[in-house]
Amino acid sequence: MKIAVCIKQVVTREWQLRVNDSRSWIRDQDASFELNEPDAYALEEALRLKEKHGGEVVVCSAGPARAAQVLREALARGADRAIHVESDAFVSADAFVIAEALAAAAREEQFDLVLTGLQSDDQGFGQVGVVLAEKLGMPHATIIMEVQKTDAGLRVKRELEGGWFQWIALPMPAVLTIQSGINQLRYATLKGIMAAKKKEIRKVTPSATTAAAQRIVNVYFPEKGKKTQMLPGSAAEAGKALVQKLRDEARVIS
Amino acid sequence: MILVVAEQREGKLNRASWETIAAAQELGGELKIALAGAGIEALASELAAAEAAEVIVVDHPALGDYTADGFVAALSALVEQEQPSHVFFAHTYQTRDFVPALAARMNRALITDVTGMRKEGDGLLFVRPIFQGKLTADVAAEGPAPHLVTCQIGAFRADSARRGAAAAPVRTASVTIDAAAIRQKPEAPFKEAKQAVDLSQAERIVAIGRGIKSQENLKLAEQLAQALGAEIAASRPICDSGWLPMDRQIGSSGQTVAPKLYVALGISGAIQHLVGMKGSRTIVAINKDAEAPIFEIADYGIAGDLFEVVPAMIAELQK
Repeated sequence: MKIAVCIKQVVTREWQLRVNDSRSWIRDQDASFELNEPDAYALEEALRLKEKHGGEVVVCSAGPARAAQVLREALARGADRAIHVESDAFVSADAFVIAEALAAAAREEQFDLVLTGLQSDDQGFGQVGVVLAEKLGMPHATIIMEVQKTDAGLRVKRELEGGWFQWIALPMPAVLTIQSGINQLRYATLKGIMAAKKKEIRKVTPSATTAAAQRIVNVYFPEKGKKTQMLPGSAAEAGKALVQKLRDEARVIS
Repeated sequence: MILVVAEQREGKLNRASWETIAAAQELGGELKIALAGAGIEALASELAAAEAAEVIVVDHPALGDYTADGFVAALSALVEQEQPSHVFFAHTYQTRDFVPALAARMNRALITDVTGMRKEGDGLLFVRPIFQGKLTADVAAEGPAPHLVTCQIGAFRADSARRGAAAAPVRTASVTIDAAAIRQKPEAPFKEAKQAVDLSQAERIVAIGRGIKSQENLKLAEQLAQALGAEIAASRPICDSGWLPMDRQIGSSGQTVAPKLYVALGISGAIQHLVGMKGSRTIVAINKDAEAPIFEIADYGIAGDLFEVVPAMIAELQK
């Protein structure tokens, strides 16, 4: 099975976000970056499928030069090679632009299966995988918790809301978006890191820029929806005061 | 005209459909509501109670079991016929499964997870969370209409959806769907949890998150729940690690609750959790990190060590 995993580099969760001067994006010059966590689960699933059924795992990312960091990381975890569609324009690009860049790279490769995380930790569109499927003419299924290979193609377990699940059969080639928690992640070993240095990262220049479908006008910190009463004092005092307020002010306990 | 696409499963309307109707009504102008499925007339008349120009039923045997291919085919045909300016959906898992493909097929903008809207000049700005709710962005849709919009669950109030003086007319749209072209073959949905606890009926809930640190510390949360007369629940990571069964999970992949009292212990407040509980009447957050997003929606907050705060609460409750 020839599997593509589409990954994104995002700022680390711990990094203190700052808005840039034009209020159009974050000021990320001095940020630290990491592999988007949902994509890490997609990569792990691809590696497990390869171990079971053989084939090749190719990681693909559309991002600026610094995104090579997460491609290298994926190679260290076990991916065979990488494709980097490189452009600074991808930093805050919308899902259509990213999906078209990935589709252009994927078309010539003839993948059997394309995996992505279900959404990114930065823009959180939750669109790229499904748009990519449409652009590649492949069937898709989303928020997947288990992947089985069958004679006819795939049988995948889709997570629905409220604790419901559903199995779906679909032919290959196909695109799946993977739910976080589907598997236990592996981390790169020293051997993996050494091996990754010899693996290929093919750079691709995006051919034509797709028109963006949306434009960020303004970025800001969320306004508080409610006035929160923060209870001061020691933990014991605050705990006691809280119970009294729940009784006398909110009247939610007797 | 704004077209709202309502959602149903197995003869029941998704409650979030009414939230989406409320959102679309907020913008003003003509409103139509569409519903796709098989044998859904009764649900259409339920939707007809809304103040709307009409309810359009897309009834087709091939839409009986939801599939992405079937719904993309049906709704792209309907949107083509109706030529709306905007198409609104609730940001459910079903929407997430097919609407990006619909937008790509029609080559139209899709703005997801919208929590608010603002008119600015001639245009419309959509408000959506980015960086997991730590920041907010105002975004504009580009390119020709219709623009597709998905509304975050709980961001608009279902009970503020206006009802019409008389029932809206119900019309059936005819669309052709090639059932053989549907590539996804779904099996029947199922529940994994053996005993299903219905937390939506609980008056009080004590919910735990990563901050509880270890399974042994669950006892403390259970003692607090008992003293408050509350049910115990959790955020996703706790159920993923098996400390509580999956049917105790609150959030987009678990249950949605709106109790009188919701006590969040060591929960940071990722958006996936907040959508499941932010309708609660009184929200209490206890967390070490004073910057945690959970405090943004809390009525009462304590920035402190839950292992010290909770015993003090239990002692006071037992007085």
